[in-house]
Amino acid sequence: MLKFKIERAPAPAWMRAIIPLLAVPVTFLLTTLFLLWADANPLQAYYHFLIAPLSSRVSAIEVLVKATPLLLTGAAVAFAFSAGYWNIGAEGQLYAGAMAGAWLGMILKGVSPLLGIPLMLLGGFTAGMLWALIPALLKVRLKVDEVVTTLLLNSVIVFLISFFLNGPWRDPISMWPQSPEIDPGTIFFKLIPRSRLHFGFIVAVAVLALEWLVLKRTAFGMRMRAVGLGKEAARFAGIKVNRTMLTAALVSGGIAGLAGVGEVAGIHFHLIESISDGLGYSGIIIATLGGLNPIGVGLAALFIGLIDTGAQTVSRAMNVPVYLGTVVQATLLLVTLGLFVLQNYRIKRG
Amino acid sequence: MEPFIIGLLAATLRVATPLILGTLGELFSERAGILNLGIEGTLFVGAFAGFAGAALTGSLWLGLLAAILFGMISGLLMALLTVRLGVNQHVSGLGLTLFWTGFSLFAFRLVFGESKVPPSIETFQTVSPFGNLPWLGPISSQHILTYFALALIPLTWWILYRTRFGLNIRAVGENPEAADAAGLNVYAIRTQALLIGGALMGMAGAFLSLAQLGAFTYGIVAGRGWVCIALIIFANWEASRVLWGALLFGGVASLQLRLQTLGLKLPYELLLSLPYIVTILALTLAGRNVSAPASLLKAYRRE
Repeated sequence: MLKFKIERAPAPAWMRAIIPLLAVPVTFLLTTLFLLWADANPLQAYYHFLIAPLSSRVSAIEVLVKATPLLLTGAAVAFAFSAGYWNIGAEGQLYAGAMAGAWLGMILKGVSPLLGIPLMLLGGFTAGMLWALIPALLKVRLKVDEVVTTLLLNSVIVFLISFFLNGPWRDPISMWPQSPEIDPGTIFFKLIPRSRLHFGFIVAVAVLALEWLVLKRTAFGMRMRAVGLGKEAARFAGIKVNRTMLTAALVSGGIAGLAGVGEVAGIHFHLIESISDGLGYSGIIIATLGGLNPIGVGLAALFIGLIDTGAQTVSRAMNVPVYLGTVVQATLLLVTLGLFVLQNYRIKRG
Repeated sequence: MEPFIIGLLAATLRVATPLILGTLGELFSERAGILNLGIEGTLFVGAFAGFAGAALTGSLWLGLLAAILFGMISGLLMALLTVRLGVNQHVSGLGLTLFWTGFSLFAFRLVFGESKVPPSIETFQTVSPFGNLPWLGPISSQHILTYFALALIPLTWWILYRTRFGLNIRAVGENPEAADAAGLNVYAIRTQALLIGGALMGMAGAFLSLAQLGAFTYGIVAGRGWVCIALIIFANWEASRVLWGALLFGGVASLQLRLQTLGLKLPYELLLSLPYIVTILALTLAGRNVSAPASLLKAYRRE
């Protein structure tokens, strides 16, 4: 086996900041193996992957489109994780928000956008919160581990949606397993004409800014981070740990719900089963890459949005399977996790 | 009615097989103190490596071997991250799941190209130890891997409770500090447990592609890894109880499929979500009495 040991030794401040950035070159070095396997010239591939998407207006906007739900799920996960509540359920909470959006889009016939859009946001937030409520209550009341409950509820809501889409909500016109198209008054308006970039992007940026304010500038944010650093110590300092965690969990679910509403009201205009396909799990990656800091989360979400777009570009241009994007994302996460250890520990030869 | 029940029972065993293998794999990891959420991805890469190995070499057994090998690589990566580096277990596990999902789909596309007709192979033959006996004959006509999975349940119990190795696994999962003080190598034991767990998960994945489907598809695993995570809790971390949970889930899944083909109007999606809901209820009712390994999710660092 590998012979090394790990000693507690905090790295100097300048290195702490550089370590997460180191993960990017290390990741691309590792994923070069996959490119060589696919018979692709790595430099050319990385050009298509990272630079080509930003060099045209259309694809640069598409990066922001891809980043919109990721900004929100990243913000959602980072908020819960900051308070030491391991919400693995952003995926399910996003679906809950999407369900609320589809339902409101069905019942709000002929509504004015001035009322429809705020109602959609409110509905999505509430639905995400409600889906997060069950595991959060189980955690604070009965000490039931939230990792497993939030994870399992992700599967439950996918079945629930499948039931609705094949039954009561099935689109009567197309008969596809999708809900009817939402009312025009509930659709998020476009930020740039003839693109897919919609109002949800502004919501996402606003949520992140607000999250930064709450976490860094309010007493509640201080309490949250204290709980996240150590529940026993926080309790000893007189902080109501359970109430803090419950609030963090519910707000986190609400933010993930907003991501779901955005996908319905800004991109698809109806609910489909594959509306997320892992956006909630990507939120966990993004929150981790961003070091749970809203600014870092924002940058990480944009970067993952770039990788998602770049994977499509490189796949079209060089016939490399599009799943390269998933491989790069996962490798980036694992490498970052490994490197984070260097922030507080020193690795010595065993 | 008779063929219906016989078919149902046979299908239940078939559906339960990968769940038993995967859950026992997860049991080894969790008993050593590591929650391995990489299971979903490890099942997926097992299904892929099994299929690719079999298709390229022409031997189903070499395919199975490849799946076991990839499962162990997955276990080793999990060990490197969570055991040696002490990184957050659930984020590492989810990261591995994402990695193996991307890896398998990427590799499948490279090896088999993009064809209209997905490539397929002949699956394992079933064995029928009871020949043509009524009831017993058709129900017992199963794959060898199914018999292996069933035999593995008492074997796992025996390893965990009757061998020095099993005692060590339980010791590092309950109290790694004490285990270390007693002279055990916590890192090595946890790594070994993850390797065994990974091998079983790889096998579970291979069962899906080599015995059940004869192909590799995007939805081949479809959340079975998460079912295993639920079954562990349902079984209260006891090998002997894994069987009942797996059979119950296999039974419900096979029954809904059969009722559907009979044309019965049932909310089968809701039926399928029952195992998850039952698990959450079980957790709720057991509350603080759940006997999860005491050091599950806690990294251990020798200071």
